[in-house]
Amino acid sequence: MFLISCPYCGVREQSEFKAGGEAHIERPKQPTELSDGEWAEYLFMRKNIKGIQLERWNHAHGCRKWFNAVRDTTNDEIKAIYKMGEKPPTI
Amino acid sequence: MSKNLRVQTSKFIDETTNISFKFNGKTYYGFKGDTLASALLSNDVHLVGRSFKYHRPRGIMTAGSEEPNAIVQTNNNTALTEPNVRATEIEIYEGLEASSQNCWPSVKFDIGGINNFLSPLLPAGFYYKTFMWPANFWEKYEYVIRHSAGLGKSPKEPDPDIYDHRYIHCDVLVIGAGITGIMAAKTAAKNNLKTLLLDEKTELGGTTIYQDSDHIKINNQSSSAWLENEITELKKLNNLEIKTRTSVAAYHGYNYLLARENLTDHLSNNDKQNKIRQRLLKIRAKKVIVATGSLERPMVFNNNDRPGIMLSSAVKKYADYYGVATGQKNIFFTNNDTAYESAISINNKGIKVEAIVDIRENPNSEFTKEAENLGIKIYRNHTVVDTHGYKKLNNISIMELSKDGQSFANSNIITLDCDCLGMAGGWTPAVHLFTQSGGKLKFRDEDQVFIPNKYPSDQVSVGSCNGDFELDEIINNTSKSLKEFLNINKTDFDNLDVQCPKDKEIRNIWLLPSNKVLGKTKPFVDYQNDATAKDIKLALREGFKSIEHVKRYTTTGMGTDQGKLGNMHALGIIADTAGIKVGELGTTTFRPPYTPLTFGTMVGRNVGEYFDAFRRTPMNDWHIENKAEFENVGQWKRAWYYPQNNETMHDAVQRESKAARDSAGILDASTLGKIDIQGTDASEFLNRVYTNAWSKLAIGKCRYGLMLNEDGMVYDDGVTTRLEENHYIMTTTTGGAANVLGKLEDYLQTEWPELDVYLSSVTDHYATASVCGPNSKKILNKIIPDLDLSDENFPHMSFKNAKIDNIKCRVMRISFTGEHSYEINVQANFGKSLWEKCMDAGQEFKITPYGTETMHLLRAEKGFIIVGQDTDGTMTPIDLQMDWIVSKKKYDFIGKRSLYRSDTMKEDRKQLVGLITDNPSEVLEEGAQIVANTNPTPVEMLGHVTSSYYSPNLNKSIALAVVRGGKNMMGRKLIIAMENKNINVTIVDPVFFDKENVRLNA
Repeated sequence: MFLISCPYCGVREQSEFKAGGEAHIERPKQPTELSDGEWAEYLFMRKNIKGIQLERWNHAHGCRKWFNAVRDTTNDEIKAIYKMGEKPPTI
Repeated sequence: MSKNLRVQTSKFIDETTNISFKFNGKTYYGFKGDTLASALLSNDVHLVGRSFKYHRPRGIMTAGSEEPNAIVQTNNNTALTEPNVRATEIEIYEGLEASSQNCWPSVKFDIGGINNFLSPLLPAGFYYKTFMWPANFWEKYEYVIRHSAGLGKSPKEPDPDIYDHRYIHCDVLVIGAGITGIMAAKTAAKNNLKTLLLDEKTELGGTTIYQDSDHIKINNQSSSAWLENEITELKKLNNLEIKTRTSVAAYHGYNYLLARENLTDHLSNNDKQNKIRQRLLKIRAKKVIVATGSLERPMVFNNNDRPGIMLSSAVKKYADYYGVATGQKNIFFTNNDTAYESAISINNKGIKVEAIVDIRENPNSEFTKEAENLGIKIYRNHTVVDTHGYKKLNNISIMELSKDGQSFANSNIITLDCDCLGMAGGWTPAVHLFTQSGGKLKFRDEDQVFIPNKYPSDQVSVGSCNGDFELDEIINNTSKSLKEFLNINKTDFDNLDVQCPKDKEIRNIWLLPSNKVLGKTKPFVDYQNDATAKDIKLALREGFKSIEHVKRYTTTGMGTDQGKLGNMHALGIIADTAGIKVGELGTTTFRPPYTPLTFGTMVGRNVGEYFDAFRRTPMNDWHIENKAEFENVGQWKRAWYYPQNNETMHDAVQRESKAARDSAGILDASTLGKIDIQGTDASEFLNRVYTNAWSKLAIGKCRYGLMLNEDGMVYDDGVTTRLEENHYIMTTTTGGAANVLGKLEDYLQTEWPELDVYLSSVTDHYATASVCGPNSKKILNKIIPDLDLSDENFPHMSFKNAKIDNIKCRVMRISFTGEHSYEINVQANFGKSLWEKCMDAGQEFKITPYGTETMHLLRAEKGFIIVGQDTDGTMTPIDLQMDWIVSKKKYDFIGKRSLYRSDTMKEDRKQLVGLITDNPSEVLEEGAQIVANTNPTPVEMLGHVTSSYYSPNLNKSIALAVVRGGKNMMGRKLIIAMENKNINVTIVDPVFFDKENVRLNA
């Protein structure tokens, strides 16, 4: 179990959080304009990187806020945390 | 016959306290401080168990947690029984009863021993190869195999013991309290670091605490005397917590560790009463110092498993620590100097050492010389080729090795009588925890050991688990490592004068040569699983290359000891056979736990009613008083039905369902999820999350909404009410409440942060009674006389604020049963009194409380879906024939685009339909498969039954089902294929009762 630093609450145990998958996949503003293929790309396709991955986390059993984390999926090291709407830091 | 082999008083054993215990039904005596193993050995009991596959007699091999053979069942046939406990770890106590496992009828005469003679027929993979054909026979084979497989017996009753969990946070965790662990803990604690020191044994000090050699000195003291003094100093330190009998089971990332603390296993049955037996420590350490030591390696030669063959370090520990002679004629078999230290030590205690067989060509250290001076015969460059004695070792045969160590110099065989053989095959660093944490190993070719290379977290390995085996290098390297790791300038151990004149030479031969062909020998690699060197070679011949595959095929390293002794030999033999280096081969993965954990330790206090948290409604006591049966819905305990006068469930539900439609019924609906939604964009928000339109919903009105996932599949449903201009209350399904809130928060925070909307879960804040039936209006009128219940003032799908006496309530006129009905919501703590008021007012109308089962039946009569019962995450609203709820006008809502994907628009998707049976009294099984024909096979499955009931209001069986293309199959006859019969059904409209909704306004 790793430790995650919630940007609103501070360092907490992983068990307080819920993982939300790959970050920066924006819901299309005009879904009806998209082809089936384009919509499927948004809906289903995720990178699942081995290495540094940008991902969403929710402090589900805390402040309920969503935020982003930069995590190395090979060793679970969290390199950085940043708020929703912010640009990912360069690692 | 039983001899006393206690040879010398030991300061670790309290000889004034005699303890009696039973082993295999016979009473023995030992002393306080003995383990079951040492006590048995002192009574000359070597034979303690039978091996797993061949049922060969096996004795005690080790003196620690790595024991593969001496695993026993304690307290057999009681609720406290525990299988697979290592006799080397059980501290004896008054009343202990232990017995051998894996033998029948007894350990001395075991019928399974015939497998030993059949062993040429039982090679690696025997079961995989033999029981494959014919395939449909597997079930018969399995019964017999399961019967003969497995170690020990699991208890049949609930565990009466108490277990516990505790969190510990520390600056420095030191694992292992041998000499390096003591040095590390003292250094950390003296530098003001909050330190925790753990050791699996009873005493601190590891093996050094009983090391008493004239050759090994620290500052001119014997190493044990020096260490004893250090321990005394250590115990005076303030910010140090010491826990013995505590084994670290798991080392996870971020320095999170789990350890099992044994609190009462060593106490008498009387003293154990009402105490916590074991405690799971959940440790977060800023820094971890791993000082787990090393495990001695056995040697792999023919028949290396007879009772009496042990590790040399075990022979030494039994003599030096427990004061027990493991044999009267001892021989050591070694490839390094360790055995000499042991031989000299036990010889000095008056235990006869006949000889030392050394595979090294010319060992010649101070220890060798002293052994020779003591009259111990040394066979240099010799190896053991065979051993004899069925239940106890009688003699060994040795031969002189050739130069390359792969064959023999001549054909002379020397036979030496002995009853104990101490094997010293070198040392394997205990890197299990290090690798569990994600650490990477490197292989050191000089002495053929894997040692830590890359640390994944803030940790360091010191001592012999880091590959330093002799006292001088242990002390020097540890003090150096500690300074670096703790970032300090000095330790108490920088300038010690350490003498340790051992010869570090080691001659490593993984599989020792035999004078017989390999096929005729039994050189055991994994004792517990009876995997021999020839099994490993067979696996390689059959094409297995990866060490992980060889492990699984031969079961090497898969016993309760997880291959602590034999894994390195397996690797060595594979590498030698395949002609590659051990370092290139890598190791198998070490997984937690390091030693087995009891289930009790893992669950701690979370047993019985604490296993999972229950949620109960404010009316719960009333339901209990009125004999309700309950069902679990999510975490809620919901009233299921209320049986009267020994009614069956069926009878109760039929009665409740009839009453609700004939006069009045009442349901506790408090568990439905409730989300309070406020903000100026609340209407827009609802527009985006539900499939239908919300902006025109007037204040005081209710609307049913269906929520989809972005993939277009139905996710949740419920009624939402507009309380004020910018204030709604949403209801969700009971089980879906938390997930719906999470999903809505996700969209609000990440996709639509511009919306001014606030969500709050208020499920627990309100209690809800739903009163339904033709007389519901009269009942409500009695409770709230001020409220105008006319259809003009309070029509279906609307809401009123009201007061019952002084209690504020929200009343919604909504219906899940199809009857005229009201949902009354009050602040939760008034829930029970609301319920009782309804019951009182309804008495004259015979108001009938009904549970979830009746609710399900009533809604099924109306064809209303239950999300999660009639849907399964693959149903769109169109599939449910609920096109009417999907807005065509709205530009967007969650899941809208997916409804126009080619797949979701297919005509032959499974669609919700109603079913009636040809025989109206036949009730279908939910989940039953639906087919059109029963020929040809394989039969094409068209769908399945999702809800099925006998309707007392229609006097026939009704069901909802999903059927491929069902929407266009009205009137079609289909078949429900059951095990013993086919049931004929007809597809009908899913609304069975009151299609015109007359009753809603009745």
